[in-house]
Amino acid sequence: MKILYFAWLRARIGCAEEELALPPGIRDIAGLLDWLQARGPRYAEALRDPSVVRVAVNQDYVGREHPIRDGDEVAIFPPVTGG
Amino acid sequence: MIRVQREDFDVGVELDRLAHGNHRIGGIASFVGLVRDIGGGERVSALTLEHYPGMTEKKLAEIELEAHRRWPLDASLVIHRYGRLEPGDRIVLVATASPHREAALAACHFLIDWLKTDAPFWKSEDTPEGERWVAARGEDDAAKERWEQARASEF
Repeated sequence: MKILYFAWLRARIGCAEEELALPPGIRDIAGLLDWLQARGPRYAEALRDPSVVRVAVNQDYVGREHPIRDGDEVAIFPPVTGG
Repeated sequence: MIRVQREDFDVGVELDRLAHGNHRIGGIASFVGLVRDIGGGERVSALTLEHYPGMTEKKLAEIELEAHRRWPLDASLVIHRYGRLEPGDRIVLVATASPHREAALAACHFLIDWLKTDAPFWKSEDTPEGERWVAARGEDDAAKERWEQARASEF
């Protein structure tokens, strides 16, 4: 599974992209966000308020209940500010 | 057509090209977004736009397709820049061409409103206080919501 971080999430976590094996027992986005938060202080700080974070799986916006599989491209980022 | 690029664009050239050779087109509506020198009350000396390559193009293409579903457009164009920009620089061009002005104007407005809430771009500003990530605005969500309501009332 590939995880991408953008904008201030990338800056706070200190990483733009990482390759991970799907952690055992993690089935959906909500579970993945909880698991990431427990990975270390940078993750905990960046994901302190997960309600402000947007998630895309395979380049489509998804909700917290969306299932994840090994091989997915998961992107985690703040609300977008283009235009 | 969708273009995501670092380089600037020439608005006149792009609009001419959009209607070229198609004499059904009676009007082109366009929106050009520029970098402002003030953000959140602070002076902005530069803006850096980051995006999600791949998803950006995908979302813009979906939004463009939706505009073509809703209005009789003959042509449309969205150019969005990324990288470092300075006040006065062009960020985005949205242009829509149609036999009649109503469709062109409405579709152009729709595209820029949707792009603001759905296209994965993020702005950071250089200010005297340092670099600052731009926060999303509730007004932008409300502007997009108007189009959802408009669609719901059609049925």
